[in-house]
Amino acid sequence: MRARGLITAAAVIIAVGLTTSPVRASGDGIELPSQDWSFAGVFGTFDRGELQRGFQVYKEVCSGCHSLNYIAFRNLADLGFNELEVKAIAAGYEVQDGPNKEGEMFNRPGLPADRIPAPFPNDNAARASNGGALPPDLSLMVDARPDGANYLYALLTGYDDAPSGMTVAEGMNYNTYFPGHQVAMPPPLFDDGVEYADGTKATAAQQARDITAFLAWTTEPNMEARKEMGVMAILFLLIMTGLLYLSKRKIWADVH
Amino acid sequence: MSGPNFSNSVVRWIDHRLPVFTFMHHEMHEYPTPKNLNYWWNFGSLAGIVLVILIVTGIVLAMHYTPHVDYAFQSVERIMRDVNYGWLIRYIHANGASFFFIVVYIHIFRGMYYGSYKAPRELLWILGVVILLLMMATAFMGYVLPWGQMSFWGATVITNLFSVIPIVGDWIVTLLWGGFSVDNPTLNRFFSLHFLLPFVIVGVVVLHIVALHRFGSNNPLGIDVRGKQDSIPFHPYYTIKDMFGLGVFLTIFAAVVFFLPNAMGHADNYIPANPLVTPAHIVPEWYFLPFYAILRAIPDKLMGVLAMFAAIGVLFILPWLDRSPIRSGTFRPLFKIFFWLLLADCVMLTYLGGKPPEGVYVILSRLGTLYYFFHFLILLPGLSIFETPKPLPRSISQPVLGSGAGPVTAEKENS
Ligand code: HEC
Ligand code: HEM
Repeated sequence: MRARGLITAAAVIIAVGLTTSPVRASGDGIELPSQDWSFAGVFGTFDRGELQRGFQVYKEVCSGCHSLNYIAFRNLADLGFNELEVKAIAAGYEVQDGPNKEGEMFNRPGLPADRIPAPFPNDNAARASNGGALPPDLSLMVDARPDGANYLYALLTGYDDAPSGMTVAEGMNYNTYFPGHQVAMPPPLFDDGVEYADGTKATAAQQARDITAFLAWTTEPNMEARKEMGVMAILFLLIMTGLLYLSKRKIWADVH
Repeated sequence: MSGPNFSNSVVRWIDHRLPVFTFMHHEMHEYPTPKNLNYWWNFGSLAGIVLVILIVTGIVLAMHYTPHVDYAFQSVERIMRDVNYGWLIRYIHANGASFFFIVVYIHIFRGMYYGSYKAPRELLWILGVVILLLMMATAFMGYVLPWGQMSFWGATVITNLFSVIPIVGDWIVTLLWGGFSVDNPTLNRFFSLHFLLPFVIVGVVVLHIVALHRFGSNNPLGIDVRGKQDSIPFHPYYTIKDMFGLGVFLTIFAAVVFFLPNAMGHADNYIPANPLVTPAHIVPEWYFLPFYAILRAIPDKLMGVLAMFAAIGVLFILPWLDRSPIRSGTFRPLFKIFFWLLLADCVMLTYLGGKPPEGVYVILSRLGTLYYFFHFLILLPGLSIFETPKPLPRSISQPVLGSGAGPVTAEKENS
């Protein structure tokens, strides 16, 4: 009886905490369609093929406008690339270094320890190239939006004609899921806009899935370690709590 | 005075000169505790353990954190990505703060239901309310440290509240900011204070426990311990019971830390602070929401701020508002109903605090606020006059032994 009351109370309090937490209240109250993600749930893991394709989409499409400041080339080993592949990917980029002995900055090929270079030297340059709008850094995007993974997929596949009666401002695009429906980002994904090395058919929807999974990884590269440890921790705690309960029963047996 | 006899000679040598072992023996083995405490009495020691968890993880975080507007956000992301198990430390600390409030709120409502604030435990209760205020200040300043959008805008909204205070308001706000807006000096002083205040809390918790040990715990029947048959030593009985409760708590806590680590946070706080972009909804952390709802329920700004502080202020004088000599709600049929209504009112205010201040939400917030103060200022003083309490059992051991005399119903009702 008492234990039940206690658990109910805890559940109510946690439920209130969760439902009032604005995380659930999606920006404009626009309903987001839910997708099946391999990384969702207690046992969810990343699909390495999906991550590698997502990286390709980032590299060939998004990186023209968006930085990925928190990711270094060495982190890409998590996607299943081996050391040589990581080195080769890094070497494909020009990275600014310096100053050298003469006090000059110079360019050199990237190394695994370098971060992925940003497309623009500063925010003003980024705005100047994007009609005044700032393309945000994508590293944390999945945690930085309510229901981030579903939102990203919806945003990238949500470009449409504006409903009649609505005028879209100059340089803006209609998007079903962007708060306010007018977004400065032009539709970035098209069928066969990239050619996947593994032969997967590169529909726009497939690319949206892959880049979303990739950004879920950049948001939390440690997610798999967290969940693995979580399963062990909960198992351990359940056993420990069970033993403590038995000890408690035994010690209290003589109290009347 | 004959102390305990320690078998270890080193212990004896030390204890003769510095009687810490005698002290511990006295407070743990000899300290008599009512034998009928239910599981709601677990939450005090649980709060103490959560406080320790927060301090330990906080110190590790401080080793890697940089309190500067240009680096704070990055340094937190470095902790999440590059520091070994940094993500674990940070998730424990962030969610630990939420669980601290869950545990302490339960602890407070336990005290209210069983009348633990009544004589002779008034100061014990008041020290508890002081702890609550310190916790709130600490949590508020901690939330500013990652320097995300909600950190910045939450800090701006809350510190601005002080500007409505007549005469000294602007001076206080400038002092909090260390300048003319929320900026680097604000972040620096908040970090310094966020490091300091938990240790102040530890100090007040020590006083809280000194006051507790003066008369010992209250109990579900709310009647005094009459003799040996009513009590048991704290150790091992309550140590093992507290450990079991801790196990249950840690299991729930781990489930959130490992599987829903951001559920109680806010997505906007993963966007770096930007003084030029205001988020669509600025919402404080969930544990401030009932007070936020009270603040916004009142159209006048100054009155709103006063009402918000008064909502905690009434807790200080609660021992003198409730004049009934009966402690436990179990024997107060009317009080019991109003206790649950107050709890429901607080849950509703929490919900409303997270909603935009418009339409029906405003009306409900006003009703909820009105009822909150009505409960403390009118109902409680009135109840002691109109309510007929049920007869109290003669002693703690009697209803349990079931020796005939006195009502046996009490145990059942404490579920
Ligand atoms: C031509 C430049 C350009 C390209 C290419 C581009 N974006 Fe954007 N993106 C922008 C701009 C500009 C914004 C800011 C939009 C605004 O604020 O209206 C933006 C905003 C976003 C946002 C934030 C939306 C929000 O909720 O605030 C996301 C997420 C995003 N882009 C993802 C991507 C992804 C993924 C790709 C690659 C598939 C991509 N972008 C390619 C220019 C671009
Ligand atoms: C950091 C936060 C706190 C800690 C660590 C703490 C710790 C404790 C501990 C260990 C006990 C004894 C066990 C128990 O009876 O549950 C206790 C009792 C008590 N606490 Fe707290 N407490 C905290 C906050 C508060 C607050 C905020 C209040 C009230 C506003 C409060 C009011 C009380 C009262 C009235 C008792 C005596 C309960 C009784 O014997 O019935 N405490 N506290």
